[in-house]
Amino acid sequence: MFKRIMVPVALQHVDRMRRTLNIAADLARQYDATIHFVAVSGTVPNAIARTPEKFAAELDLFAREQGDEAGVDSDSLALITNDPAAELDARLLEAVEKTEADLVVMGSHPPGVADALHLIGSHSAWLVRHSDVSVFVVR
Amino acid sequence: MDESTKEHEQLIAELEEIYDTDYEIGQDNVERLGLDMHNPVFFVSAGLIVLFVAASLMFPEVAKAGLEATKAWIQVTFDWVLLSAGNVFVLFCLALILLPVGSIRIGGDDAVPDFSILSWFAMLFAAGIGIGLMFWGVAEPVGYYTDWYGTPLNIEAGTDEARPAALGATMYHWGLHPWAIYAVVALALSFFAYNKGLPLTIRSTFYPLLGDRIWGPIGNMVDVLAVLATIFGLATSLGFGAQQAAAGMSFLFEVENGLTTQLTIIACVTAVALISVLRGIDGGVKLLSNINMSLALLLLLFVVLAGGLGAFAVNYGQTLSGYADYILPLSNPFGRSDDVFYHEWTIFYWAWWISWSPFVGMFIARVSRGRTVRQFLTAVLVVPTLVTTIWMAAFGGGGLDQIEMGVGELADGIGDDALVLFQMLENLPLSALTSLLGICLVLVFFVTSSDSGSLVIDSITSGGKTDAPVTQRVFWATMQGVIAAVLLSLGGAAALDALQAGAVSTGLPFTFVLLAMCVSLALGLRHELKLKQALQV
Repeated sequence: MFKRIMVPVALQHVDRMRRTLNIAADLARQYDATIHFVAVSGTVPNAIARTPEKFAAELDLFAREQGDEAGVDSDSLALITNDPAAELDARLLEAVEKTEADLVVMGSHPPGVADALHLIGSHSAWLVRHSDVSVFVVR
Repeated sequence: MDESTKEHEQLIAELEEIYDTDYEIGQDNVERLGLDMHNPVFFVSAGLIVLFVAASLMFPEVAKAGLEATKAWIQVTFDWVLLSAGNVFVLFCLALILLPVGSIRIGGDDAVPDFSILSWFAMLFAAGIGIGLMFWGVAEPVGYYTDWYGTPLNIEAGTDEARPAALGATMYHWGLHPWAIYAVVALALSFFAYNKGLPLTIRSTFYPLLGDRIWGPIGNMVDVLAVLATIFGLATSLGFGAQQAAAGMSFLFEVENGLTTQLTIIACVTAVALISVLRGIDGGVKLLSNINMSLALLLLLFVVLAGGLGAFAVNYGQTLSGYADYILPLSNPFGRSDDVFYHEWTIFYWAWWISWSPFVGMFIARVSRGRTVRQFLTAVLVVPTLVTTIWMAAFGGGGLDQIEMGVGELADGIGDDALVLFQMLENLPLSALTSLLGICLVLVFFVTSSDSGSLVIDSITSGGKTDAPVTQRVFWATMQGVIAAVLLSLGGAAALDALQAGAVSTGLPFTFVLLAMCVSLALGLRHELKLKQALQV
């Protein structure tokens, strides 16, 4: 049913993503799908890496470890932008196209005040609205 | 492996170790309510902002007297320090262009620029100087020529000599010196972030001098001071700008020049800045800067053509020759007799540019990856200076022509300095259209200032992160608008004056910070060059 599962990850918050990663691994095993780990990063040094190249390498390492652990095929895609905070949504949409994913599994926080006011919506909600791919929102 | 290879590898390892800090970006950050803030920089800055605003509202006259006295004391006592430091920054930049370190590429040898040359130039003006060119392009040369408030070197007003002096002195204030100040900060920030992997925040530029001590109290202090200088500089400019824009609008249209109009302007500017902030650099500030550059060029072209190409050629020649003739005498801090011009204009500008340098410098740093040191400095120093010569010749020269011909209100000297641009445009054709264009330019420059300022303050208060939640930028952009509105409506001009004097006063401590930054940057660049050469062998 699904061949290519995209999982957006925030490498500095992997500890909070356990559930999302487990669900993605389960689904990948069930459908014999590949997991594409996607992350968006800036050109300025951040908590994960000091250069965009090192960031891509870190993500690749993470993807391989996760794939081995879950016993599924995995791949990685690092998207570099000069304004990662503001462009996250647009980049995730780009990642859906680039990975040709048929399912996105991603974590989300429960809707809060900001969501109700439509000020800063959740990234998963945005993706649901703007992409025709299936999105599994994990809470 | 033979001895020399071993030694060589050891050299590389030793060089790399110097910048191998254990500090992890964001390790001092607190994550609450979906925000990601540096502790204590965020909280101390926010606390001090509230404190200063509250104090200046409760005791506007006391705050004004105190802070303006501080500013005046700095302007008179440290005049030679500020002026000499400005000269040092220009010479330092020129030296870096010529030295071998000029070949170092920001972001490493393989880095490619994130922005096209044109968008990059447009954004250089977005952060602070664009708005000033609008307001002072006509007013400053006209002011010097008519002795509105002092003349450069006490040259007698209205004489043949006063003309090139007025244009040249204005160029001196808006040319190489301010851009050298911004270039030093911008280059240091971008070099230590993109080449040395340190977080994009002011303290990182001192790593070669202070090592891991920059992560402690010294670094916190520098960062907090940068935040305060930036937010008060921006908020008070927005407040004064709203007054000036309201005056301009009531001059042009049937709008009441009162608090309601001013607050509406602040609200609109802040609202557009918020949209721009949410759209990010490419969809926000870059887009607006490109639009503004096109509009400004259009207005410039119009003023040149409407004033006559012949007159422009004369004015342009005088701007260049005036700048060349007066740059050295005006750079000399000793034995000055033109007290009013020297202290109230030059030294005020120098303190102002320096207090804005963390803001403008960091924004330029953010968009300058992928250029070499030589390209960067040439572009940041030379291109804006050349553009400004054209601007001053057209607008300032045009104003002087009107005075000499006795045309319009400028012939009677400067009345309201906020209206000078519009009074000049009034005597050219299509003045309704061009004045509207002028107002739009001013407002959009305010939006790009607010937008880029929020970006910078957010980066500093989140410990150098650029991936902190956008909500934080929304917070800082809103704060600027709120501070401006509160000061204007509750404290009036006295409260604005007080906080602006406070912001300008930070120019003195930052002068020393910037001088140290030059030393630190020189050390960092030398290290990078050594490492590059070692890796090439």
